[in-house]
Amino acid sequence: MIEVVEVGGSVLVEDLGRPGWSHLGVSPSGAADRGALVAANRALGNPVGAAALEVTGAATFRVDADLVIALSGARVEVALDGTPTRASVLAAPAGTVVSLSAPRWGLRSYLAVAGGLDVAPVLGSRSTDVLSGLGPAPLQPGDRVAVLPAAAGLPTRERDEARPPSGALVMLDASTGPRADWLADAGELYARPWQISALADRVGTRLEGEPLERSMTAELPSEGVLTGSVQVPPSGLPVILGPDHPVTGGYPVVAVLTATASDVLAQLRAGTTVRFRRAGASLVRR
Amino acid sequence: MLVELVDAAAARGFAASVRALEDQRVQEVVPGARTVLVVASAPEQLAAVRELVGHVQPGAHARGSSPEVVIEVDYDGEDLDDVAEQTGLTVEEVMRRHSEAGYVVEFVGFAPGFGYLRGLDPALQLPRLSTPRPNVPAGSVAIAGPYSAVYPRSSPGGWLLLGRTDVVLFDVAADPPARLQAGTVVRFVPR
Repeated sequence: MIEVVEVGGSVLVEDLGRPGWSHLGVSPSGAADRGALVAANRALGNPVGAAALEVTGAATFRVDADLVIALSGARVEVALDGTPTRASVLAAPAGTVVSLSAPRWGLRSYLAVAGGLDVAPVLGSRSTDVLSGLGPAPLQPGDRVAVLPAAAGLPTRERDEARPPSGALVMLDASTGPRADWLADAGELYARPWQISALADRVGTRLEGEPLERSMTAELPSEGVLTGSVQVPPSGLPVILGPDHPVTGGYPVVAVLTATASDVLAQLRAGTTVRFRRAGASLVRR
Repeated sequence: MLVELVDAAAARGFAASVRALEDQRVQEVVPGARTVLVVASAPEQLAAVRELVGHVQPGAHARGSSPEVVIEVDYDGEDLDDVAEQTGLTVEEVMRRHSEAGYVVEFVGFAPGFGYLRGLDPALQLPRLSTPRPNVPAGSVAIAGPYSAVYPRSSPGGWLLLGRTDVVLFDVAADPPARLQAGTVVRFVPR
């Protein structure tokens, strides 16, 4: 068991989500920074999609069994029973208090446990979907989460990803979307700088900047959308969909982030300046 | 990839045909109002999925077997009087027109199990509320624009509420978890 002691921002259980149910209105959900979740699991020899904690803000936990834990994602300062440590894989004997500081940079850190977290799967996933309420409720102080027996997998180390410091210009690779022709000049999306606004969560991230001009102002009949879709509502300010996005939308999707860019976006704080950079086509219209 | 079709019926037929292939390289098949989003299970599968989808004949899949769901409604919704006033109809006439129409799920979205039902009487087609309610109760039967719908669980919402039902439309323990999916035929019966 791992017990939640303090929650500064949010603590959610996330794995790689529940793909395959979009036609019934169920979002894919799963870790916002999938690469970071996979890295933490690999460091422990877990299956890559084992459930872990997605933490924003400072948080404190107490383990009540001998556990091995791994941290990834946003850079946080970690202390075991108040003693700081720089390791990203830690042995935490029963009774240890594990505290994470608010991130020095980035937004979401992942705390994985050897074996993975054991909450009841819903439609094949243990992930919390904040939009639909599927999966376990966001964790609160006093909540305890069970841990599955550790698998016999061998730990492997990811290459350390160079992550951009908060506040610098961040490039987001994006393919042309199916409705890019709804913009008066699709190139403007890539040409202009954008700021991450405070309206950002697992459902979507609104950008601020000079509004884009749409060449078509009609309402788009609702159509399926993906995590990483860049929608342009009538305001002209793009919204990038996160893992808990509604499965269909009525705003034109003018670009789609690559999987890596979606992971990067999950770590960007309000005020960060981003630019879009053209990636190869991945979403084509027939 | 997003495949464009002429209308919702064609999109449903195309989606059913792609789904019937049961190909592991296809992760999602999401019908929209005039499109079908087909998602490959991995980027390296995209070319193969594009090839696969290119050979699907729209409408080849049989459409005759649409399931029907009957929804019993207590017509006591908060907006019933407003709808009557806006349309110039009596409350009884609103109820009659809403329950006598035949509906089909055009697509699912907004929330798990939330079907957009096409078939609403043109006289009942009204804009949604300018300010959405923060909490619409589960089972609310509602209308907005050309659609009717049932809220499977409580959520914020801006549709006009005509009544409520006890029918459970989304249950993670059921197979399939949603009673409504694109193509499902729906009838409302006053209770």
